[in-house]
Amino acid sequence: MRDFWRSHQQQLAPWLFLLPGVLMFLIYVIIPIFQSMNISFYAWDGLGAKEYVGMANYVELMDDEAFYISLKNNLIWLLLYMLAIPAGLFVALFLNQNVYGIRIYKSLFFFPFVISQVVVGLVFAWFYDPSNGLFNIVLGWFGIDPVAILADEDLVTYGIIAAGLWPQTAYCMILYLTGLNAVDGEQIEAARLDNARGLKLLWYVILPQLRPATFIAIVVTVIGALRSFDLVSIMTGGGPWGSSRVLAFYMYEQAFSEYGFRMGYGAAIAVVLFAIMMLYIAAFLYKMYRDEGGR
Amino acid sequence: MFPRPIQKASPAAQHLYKVALPVALLVWLLPLIAVALTSIRSQGDIVAGNYWGWPTSFNMLENYTAIFQQTPIGNYILNSFRVTIPTVIGAVALSCMTGYALAIYRFKGNLVIFFLFVAGNFVPFQILMVPVRDFTVQLGIYNTISGLALFHIAFQTGFCTLFMRNFIKAMPFDLVEAARVEGVSEIRIFWFVVLPLMKPAIAALSVLVFTFIWNDYFWAMVLTQGAETQPITAGLNSLNGQWVSAWHLVSAGSIVAALPPVLMFFLMQRHFIAGLTLGAVK
Repeated sequence: MRDFWRSHQQQLAPWLFLLPGVLMFLIYVIIPIFQSMNISFYAWDGLGAKEYVGMANYVELMDDEAFYISLKNNLIWLLLYMLAIPAGLFVALFLNQNVYGIRIYKSLFFFPFVISQVVVGLVFAWFYDPSNGLFNIVLGWFGIDPVAILADEDLVTYGIIAAGLWPQTAYCMILYLTGLNAVDGEQIEAARLDNARGLKLLWYVILPQLRPATFIAIVVTVIGALRSFDLVSIMTGGGPWGSSRVLAFYMYEQAFSEYGFRMGYGAAIAVVLFAIMMLYIAAFLYKMYRDEGGR
Repeated sequence: MFPRPIQKASPAAQHLYKVALPVALLVWLLPLIAVALTSIRSQGDIVAGNYWGWPTSFNMLENYTAIFQQTPIGNYILNSFRVTIPTVIGAVALSCMTGYALAIYRFKGNLVIFFLFVAGNFVPFQILMVPVRDFTVQLGIYNTISGLALFHIAFQTGFCTLFMRNFIKAMPFDLVEAARVEGVSEIRIFWFVVLPLMKPAIAALSVLVFTFIWNDYFWAMVLTQGAETQPITAGLNSLNGQWVSAWHLVSAGSIVAALPPVLMFFLMQRHFIAGLTLGAVK
């Protein structure tokens, strides 16, 4: 036994190290993905017997107006959330100086990302409060009537996204600050000698060097947008009249809330969300595979 | 450096920058400042609609004592620690091993397993929700701290493995090689050679996972209910329902909930940022 270990330990050791982690990850993450896909073909209240219904859940989804509203909102989230990237770059450029106290400024600008989205949601709910919130008071200074953003069907999603952009911009900012720290000073000097200035310098010399930061910013922003659940749940509960739902929230509502326990239907929604996410995951893995030298 | 150092700009521009910095910060943190200011107001001011004028009295102590005395917020906070700390230990421990295995050894399936961790880490939570809840119920640990922590450990292992593997991969492999030549066993190499060098990665991951788990809301809602087990994020949600427009209490509660990760961030800032920006620089 001991001898066998001695002579084979380089083959055995990796599996020994991997076993606990892989096992946990399989049980709680990988296998449930397939279980969810399977459950989406059943009608199930979570307790009683499952009843096989084939594609019925997906067929129902095709005619479900709430599903389309959620899907549309998800697309709006995805699109507008991307603003966090240029906004983060802008803030990073603003803060990338060597003046007294700048480190504290950087930390304080990063602040919103550290606090939980539940708190961000509450903070913005108070900020938007139609009668006393600071947002409407500031609008009042400019002679604009108060707007009840979170009670307005047309504005509510944008209001929530603005709240989400706050921490997301902070995240992108910190990525770009790190990236800016590492840009090649000599290249900048050379470009400056060639009379490259301002935006041109940024576009042709700086941004190419910030590519890795931009890539990560895109990855985390897309995932952040598709995972938008906390803010919707805290700020509006999907309302008014379901107009601020996103797929992640609608799924939760269907599968697991006062509206009933439709696990199968919820799973079908989750599968759609997963399919959208999978496009990004595949692209990300492909890039990683190339970076690994395509072994 | 880009943009050009402000010191090389005209004195006027330098002054402008010095003014712009605090103004920009004030605007940026305005929603948060509003909450902080509201949290020290008296109930009288709130009822009278005096939200932004000079407060009639400063009730910081009263409000913060009130939320601890009248609501189970202390319990929620305690639960958050009870979920977060074991998760940090568990996920970091597991990923030290998985990261080591994937970075040091060449074997068939190495990249496949690695990609499985990476891909799983990006999956939307909703696709896991029904089976994970069901599994937790079957194990008899639904609505327990350990039920929630176990899931978190498993899920965080994905991100942590990505992090650890890339960290170890960047270390000089000669160290391992040399130890092997000396006849040191693989397990002792892990423990005595590599692990001590992983301290910065362990520190970075610990703060990150602490923040992620402390701020988790979705799984707290799915796997726990009631003040006995729910962490502060889910607790804040139910308190928010009770405190309809008692904005001074909502604000105080929000600040209490935000405090631990904020402190963690300021204490371990360098590690935190190193962890978050992994890969942002080639």
